Amino acid sequence: MFEYLIRRLAGTIPVLLAVSAIVFLFVHLLPGDPARLVAGPDASLQDIAAVRVEMGLDRPLPVQYLHYLGEIARLHLGRSIKTHQTVAELIGERFMPTLLLTVFAMLWSVTAGVAIGVLSGVKRGRWIDQAAMVVAISGVSFPGFWLGLLLIDLFSVRLRWLPTSGYGSWQHFVLPAFTLGVTVAAVMARFTRSAFVEVTAEDYVRTARAKGVPERGVVWTHTLRNALIPVITLTGLQFGFLLGGAIVVETVFAWPGLGRLLVDSVAYRDYPVIQAEIMLFSFEFVLINLIVDLLYGLVNPEIRLR
Amino acid sequence: MSDMVLGAPSLRSPYAEFWRRFRRKPVAVVSGCVLLMLILAAIAAPWIAPFGPAAPDYDNVLAGPSWQHLCGTDTFGRDIFSRIIWGGRISLSVGFVSVALGGLVGVALGLAAGFFGGVLDSLIMRVMDVLLAFPGILLAIGVVALLGPGIDNVIYAIAVFSVPVFARLVRGSTLALKHTLYVQAARSIGVRAPLLMLRHILPGTLPSVIVYASLRVGTSILTAAALSFIGLGAPPPSPEWGTMLAEGRSYLGVADQIMLFPGLAIFVTVLAFNLLGDGLRDALDQRLR
Repeated sequence: MFEYLIRRLAGTIPVLLAVSAIVFLFVHLLPGDPARLVAGPDASLQDIAAVRVEMGLDRPLPVQYLHYLGEIARLHLGRSIKTHQTVAELIGERFMPTLLLTVFAMLWSVTAGVAIGVLSGVKRGRWIDQAAMVVAISGVSFPGFWLGLLLIDLFSVRLRWLPTSGYGSWQHFVLPAFTLGVTVAAVMARFTRSAFVEVTAEDYVRTARAKGVPERGVVWTHTLRNALIPVITLTGLQFGFLLGGAIVVETVFAWPGLGRLLVDSVAYRDYPVIQAEIMLFSFEFVLINLIVDLLYGLVNPEIRLR
Repeated sequence: MSDMVLGAPSLRSPYAEFWRRFRRKPVAVVSGCVLLMLILAAIAAPWIAPFGPAAPDYDNVLAGPSWQHLCGTDTFGRDIFSRIIWGGRISLSVGFVSVALGGLVGVALGLAAGFFGGVLDSLIMRVMDVLLAFPGILLAIGVVALLGPGIDNVIYAIAVFSVPVFARLVRGSTLALKHTLYVQAARSIGVRAPLLMLRHILPGTLPSVIVYASLRVGTSILTAAALSFIGLGAPPPSPEWGTMLAEGRSYLGVADQIMLFPGLAIFVTVLAFNLLGDGLRDALDQRLR
């Protein structure tokens, strides 16, 4: 296991470096002078010159990149063009709301998705399976922002049960967390069902049945355990999807999180913030996938040897 | 299914076999018909839409559905039903063009990586891994931030994040097909690499590419609508479905039709692509049920 851990960690480093290089080049790919862009539209020539020196734009690209890596490591991410706050400070403020939102969405959607998938797999071909799968494919196709607006319309505007938007009490979490989780729940349900059905066809499940293991035992010990292994991988990938989904859902619910910060920054062309956010999201995504791979190695010894 | 299990060679041509299987999926057939209607409606928008996409009717501002305005009107009295038909042109072409672009590049890369292997394979697939390291919509937002908002840039943005998945898919099938007897036979009689790839390997990878492309068009339409909704896609006078939805936000509880019908259009279109993709998978991909 230890060797596997080292190997996966070592494999992640080049990806992180490449991601950081792309994000670093991002500002350089923009048309126009990066210093002018970073300094903002109303900066004076002196400001631009100061930014150029500060960013080290007068030095060769590889040197700049190494410098940039050093800056990231020390969380020196520059200042927002819009608010002049440091980017680290801005992201720090917005981090918790997005984290909480994603975690709540993940918790309910994975639980519900796996439960529905297993139920469908057990009752394969019956009406409950068919109904569940119709709901699941609808869930995959449902535009999250539309669902959000429909829920606000019903529960906030008409029934007045829940707040329309904003952040604070637990009531504020209900609609955004539900909206964000729907697609994930649907994807998990479909995937769990097919993983379950696949395992049902395995020889060891047939053997278990043949030697008289009660149906409950067949489902819980023989089928479910093995079916859940690929489900773990998918859960990790869905986390990345949630990070993306949060961008849209936060916009619908005026959620003070990282997603809305990104959208606002793109609209304002606040490049230091955009750059830092893309970096943060991608690093999170890569690290989550790493953790998933490690968990996968833990539950499935075969993987470690590859 | 049973003749396949027995290993008896099918007497029908692959196309007939495909049709026979596909016809047995009523849901997929209906979805295909719905999509065909949507596509025809989008093409025929100038003739069948009752009103122009920007034609105001100031006597009927924010009106609910009626016989004159089937889906009601928006803030400027524009007919929502007509705008949805016009908007279909944007959403559907974004879906098709972005997937065609991303698919073309992805298939070419995957084919080359799988066929030649070695350094080229590692190089291509590592680049794909890096692209996959960015969550899809984030990559799209990055591209839009770079190129500026607008529907053309949304197409490129979505194409970029379709590339790695097509590449992986095709590389996988290419690796498997490379060692099949018929490809080895073709190689042994001296068929050259480009012909070998295009004539003997590519067709074998197409079933999974078609299935994935169908699912992908749905996702692309959804992503494009999402980008427009958050203000990074088509700018407001456009009848793009996501843009229309965003305009409806301020009228929740007052004029629900503004966000209701464009949302429904997105949902139905994406659902139809997903159901069609599922049906195609059952009909084309013999490894899966």
